[in-house]
Amino acid sequence: MKNSNHSIGDTILTVLFTLICIVWIIPIVAVLINSFKSNDFVNTNAFALPNSESFVGLANYVKGVTFGNYPFVKALGFSLLITIASVALILLFTSMTAWYITRVNSTFSKIFYYLCLFSMIVPFQMVMFTLTFTADQLKLNTPYTIPVVYLGFGAGMAIFMFVGFIKGIPLEVEEAVAIDGGGPVCTFFLVILPMLKPTLISVGILETMWVLNDYLLPYLVLDRTKYMTIPILVQYLKGSYGSVDLGATMAVIMLSIIPTIILYLLCQKHIIKGVAAGAVKG
Amino acid sequence: MKKKAKKYNDATVVNSKLIRRPIQRWFPLFVLPTFICFIIGFVWPFIQGIYLSFCTFNVPKDAKWVGMDNYVKAFSDASFGHAFWNTAGFAVISILVINLFAFAIAYALTQNMAGANLFRTVFFMPNLIGGVVLGYIWSMIFDAILKKYDTYLTANATYGFWGLVILVAWQQIGYMMIIYIAGLQAVPGDMLEAARIDGANNWQTLTRIIIPNIMSSVTICTFLTLTNSFKMFDQNLALTGGAPSVIMNGAKVNMTELLALNIYSTYNINKNWHGVAQAKAVVFFLLVAVLAIAQLTATRSKEVQQ
Repeated sequence: MKNSNHSIGDTILTVLFTLICIVWIIPIVAVLINSFKSNDFVNTNAFALPNSESFVGLANYVKGVTFGNYPFVKALGFSLLITIASVALILLFTSMTAWYITRVNSTFSKIFYYLCLFSMIVPFQMVMFTLTFTADQLKLNTPYTIPVVYLGFGAGMAIFMFVGFIKGIPLEVEEAVAIDGGGPVCTFFLVILPMLKPTLISVGILETMWVLNDYLLPYLVLDRTKYMTIPILVQYLKGSYGSVDLGATMAVIMLSIIPTIILYLLCQKHIIKGVAAGAVKG
Repeated sequence: MKKKAKKYNDATVVNSKLIRRPIQRWFPLFVLPTFICFIIGFVWPFIQGIYLSFCTFNVPKDAKWVGMDNYVKAFSDASFGHAFWNTAGFAVISILVINLFAFAIAYALTQNMAGANLFRTVFFMPNLIGGVVLGYIWSMIFDAILKKYDTYLTANATYGFWGLVILVAWQQIGYMMIIYIAGLQAVPGDMLEAARIDGANNWQTLTRIIIPNIMSSVTICTFLTLTNSFKMFDQNLALTGGAPSVIMNGAKVNMTELLALNIYSTYNINKNWHGVAQAKAVVFFLLVAVLAIAQLTATRSKEVQQ
């Protein structure tokens, strides 16, 4: 008796949560259906499914990718370039630095580490104007050089997370390598780096989510006449074309979230774990 | 320190020769690139930012020292005060909404429910979408709903404010849920079993066993939502951009503007306001830093208790 009660309660809960989840994805579904409707129908009834009158097929997408004289593919390319280069740079250099800081217990290491902790509590608004000037002066205002800025501003959290992990690695391993005649470079790349894999994944995911979705930093730093990333393009299109053609804008928004959703569904477990680890440590 | 140095035993000496010295020789590879970028991307802009908050400037080269002028202007600017109270109110409401829902969902999903993994995936998903895109998705939806009542999102500051609350709730509930799930799964099973044997009902188990045991998750989530609310920029910009605006004491005040957006829009008024915007940014930094330090202290003391 008790057992069957239990299962009825469970079923109700499952049904309830199924309904909540359907509500939860309505915003994305709304964008999807509107991206197939002609502009007038998006404005008049956004929640209606496309019908024979309002359905325009892929016309919005065709229009969206060439909107505003800035091809979508170009912005996507720059977004991917900046994200991949920045994350690779951050993972490589901050893990090396974190190892140095943990193993070399000098005054410099301590100062650098505390500066990193400090940088984690400084909001971007505090440095954004001056960072823009500095980046301009040093010609860091292109997609090819902006990873340097990301490494600089993102180093704090990454170093903090790596140091937390490296502290737990027993020194004996490195001693054994050293006795066998391996130098620090060999020790780091052959022994330490493979052990860092879980943290590399966590930090990599956190930094990817940050850089890929970042709007303000590239908006201020990049030379916007030449280079746009996806968030900048979306903002630009909505600002100048949003009221003119909402259907095509929805198509662009849909195109910009599809890669993220695919990435999420592919490595969901890592993403959730990485985010949770970052939150608990940060 | 000197006493400690004398106590160093042989093992430590071997260590430092074997490990420390060789690594130190590789300083230019291991540390220098990161350190230079860190100076460019953080240290120098930070120091220059503090200096420029005491100056009028268009670009750093033409900076002229004006002392506390910018700070006086910042605090007498009606839009800054308005943005502060807006942000504080927004923070309190979003902390309550996000944490209550996130905990409720996490609690339900840890009760061996069928499909829990799928639900978790769905709830977490909005977190990965960028703030600007989120803002536009929701502005489309709110406008579509409000259209039925012959109005629109930026017509009224109340719509914009609650719209932003709904937006960040949708975005962040999934994130906080993950932290609560981790906390709930760490509640000792024998404690729960003991409570059940003693005849505790679900409510008693929840309030007397589960909640006291996940207080560290509660602290983490509370402060995360707090700092997230204070730093909110992209969503604010994309959803309403601060609209609508009114004239208050002779100055334009954007009714739905939060602090971060206020700093940005102050800078964009004209070059006379650059220094004021930087001064506001310093005040903003101090505010966020105090919150972050309070967070650290609170989390630490909770750790000691356990």
